Amino acid sequence: MIQMTGGNDGLNMVIPIDKYSGYVNARSNIAIAEGKALELVNMKKVKIHPSMTKLQALYNQGKVCVVQSVGYPSPNFSHFRATDIWLTGSDADKVITTGWGGRYLQTEYPNYPVGFPNAEMPDPLAIQIGSIVSPAFQGPVTNAGMAITSTNSFYDLLEGKEDDVPNTKAGKELKYIRMIAKQSNKYADAIKLAAGKVTSQGAYSNTSISQQLKIVSRLIAGGLKTRLYMVSIGGFDTHASQTNSGDTSTGSHANLLGNLSNAIGEFMADLKGLKVSQRVIGMTFSEFGRRIKSNGSMGTDHGAAAPMILFGDYINPGVLGNTPDMPGTANVNDNVPMQYDFRSVYASVLEQWFCVKKKRWIPSC
Amino acid sequence: MVSQPRSIREKMTLFWHNHFATEASTIKDARYVYKHNTMLRAGALGNFKDLTKAVTLDPGMLVYLNGYLNEKSAADENYARELFELFTCGKGPASQYTEEDVRAGARVLTGYRINPTTITSFFDPTKHDIENKQFSAFFGNRVISGRTGADGTRELDDMLGIIFQQQEVAKFIARKFYRFFVYYDIDEATETNVITPLADIFRASNYEIKPLLSALFKSEHFYDPLNMSCLIKSPIDFSVGLCREFGVKFPDGVTDYVNAYGTWSAVQGAAANQQQNIGDPPLVSGWEAYFREPQFHELWINTDTYPKRNMYSDQMITSGITRGGHIEIDPLAYAESLSAPEDPIQLRDESLSLLHRMDVKADVKEALRKILLSDEDMDYYWTNAWNAYMVDKTNAMNRDIVLRRLQSFYKYIMDLSEYQLS
Repeated sequence: MIQMTGGNDGLNMVIPIDKYSGYVNARSNIAIAEGKALELVNMKKVKIHPSMTKLQALYNQGKVCVVQSVGYPSPNFSHFRATDIWLTGSDADKVITTGWGGRYLQTEYPNYPVGFPNAEMPDPLAIQIGSIVSPAFQGPVTNAGMAITSTNSFYDLLEGKEDDVPNTKAGKELKYIRMIAKQSNKYADAIKLAAGKVTSQGAYSNTSISQQLKIVSRLIAGGLKTRLYMVSIGGFDTHASQTNSGDTSTGSHANLLGNLSNAIGEFMADLKGLKVSQRVIGMTFSEFGRRIKSNGSMGTDHGAAAPMILFGDYINPGVLGNTPDMPGTANVNDNVPMQYDFRSVYASVLEQWFCVKKKRWIPSC
Repeated sequence: MVSQPRSIREKMTLFWHNHFATEASTIKDARYVYKHNTMLRAGALGNFKDLTKAVTLDPGMLVYLNGYLNEKSAADENYARELFELFTCGKGPASQYTEEDVRAGARVLTGYRINPTTITSFFDPTKHDIENKQFSAFFGNRVISGRTGADGTRELDDMLGIIFQQQEVAKFIARKFYRFFVYYDIDEATETNVITPLADIFRASNYEIKPLLSALFKSEHFYDPLNMSCLIKSPIDFSVGLCREFGVKFPDGVTDYVNAYGTWSAVQGAAANQQQNIGDPPLVSGWEAYFREPQFHELWINTDTYPKRNMYSDQMITSGITRGGHIEIDPLAYAESLSAPEDPIQLRDESLSLLHRMDVKADVKEALRKILLSDEDMDYYWTNAWNAYMVDKTNAMNRDIVLRRLQSFYKYIMDLSEYQLS
């Protein structure tokens, strides 16, 4: 799972070509030129952002599915609340303390963490690249995720490197405590072992998201049985200057989407080279999309539904759903309405990829 | 411990519980244990010599080290040995009491008995050895004249007089204080510049405890940054300290004592899980972390106990613990008690300065900010969320938004290795 934090502007990522004039009217200052947007094979309704060439290539190989206008009823425009909704899978007016991934893992491993790791499941159930384990992995008893704080800390773990401590008595004790902390990490050896099996990987850009996915690929190819991985790319909260004024296909949002697309492309190529691409599907999400109408600062404000991208060898390729309707005269309140509930996407992934029987997680089925 | 106001009394009661260690599992009668603990608390900040006498005559100690069986026909050396070795002179190179001293000491202590109904001790002159007791050169070859009848109890005063003339007694206790309050490693400079002057103060005040503590806590050495934040929290410090610094609320010990006992025992159980079972040190010598060279306090932390510490703090900040009553960290109340909880930078820095004794690196600080901001960049997202909560604390949604982030935030702070140090 790739979390795009800040609220991704879906309309500039998946451009509604069949409603292009309405799109341009609503956001003339930041609209992507039709001629610059990238075509998808056999797809007339939409094009994608010019910086997403690698994603375009994957789509054209039949490995990408775009789901249009994913959201939920009564959308919330607060980053925090909307993030919690996406990670827990709650209704907009409900508070749930467990994460959707945590609940799934609970059905697979009901006793976790008692008796884990074990022969059947020697590895972390879920891995987060980032300092704090995602609330998405929070189960009823405990969070099922393990955090690999940063790409640096991952390589430090492999190389047995330690953080510097001051040359004082306190530093000596801190060093000792950290050594024990490392030894106490019951999954450290499993991770080292898996990483050690992969001695060469494909090329990755030197961006945070690419480097995060490089670790994920290595751990998958190294044989970890971990079900869910979460990585993240921040900066999508583009209230201002999301595009450059001269060329709207460039700017901060273009850089973000380019980095994302490159990372996904590099990840898929690497997985293929490591002969494990058939074991993986990927999914992007963001806490919300952005407003249809752009603002005066070359940006967009918090919005509602937005597209999700799913990718992998076994993805049913295509673009699901219609392009969102564009208002005749856009005003500041116009939002992309929901076509697909995000929980139906989660449900499809669980059912069709993780082979979870419906009745196991929806009590009424 | 969890509820006393700002005072050192409970800490010192724990210090003496470790020093004059008894095991509840050996004594097997809560009444003795209670009386013993009450005696330690009453004398915790008084006079060390008086306290040693009180411990010697304490019914719990008489049971624990078989003093109540010690009689003239068959002296039991158990208590006398520990009196020299663990309670007063110590085992340092300058402590040169002999086996003869142990035997003489045991004979001085013959005749003390316990009344199992009243849980008191008394002196039975018919069991007392009335011969003279010869002590070694270490004690100046002093002889304690045997006394008869009720006068036999004065031999204990005579013996304590002899023992407490030894300089090593004050040094031994000064080192133990130092290890309890500052750091375990005592190098030559510390021995010369800290331990010896402290021992002199202790002797000059006729073993009054407060002047010694006062001198230590006001010393330049104590406030030298090089000697600070290097003390690994004992399990009690960790488990109880967490409750105290976060202001965890317990059921009322008087009006709701059943539930209060449940929650107290939950904290006691957590510390026991981390290898410090209050009331039941593993040996008469106390917990190993206070004497076992060369690791000392590091012995508290191993691959078994370290995850248990994290589990306890994680549990206290997430679900809390229910045993009879319910205890948990209330991060909302804690944050609200700080000077500017609406500002994520101030909230973070003030929390760290209160909860950690040493600074953390910049990337850790940034990770903490990002937790409050759910990975966003703008500080005002937190400010808005906090202010929304403060406007109407009964709004469950707004409350949940800040609660989740504060839980993650404080959980992260407590899981950092710096939190293990005090």
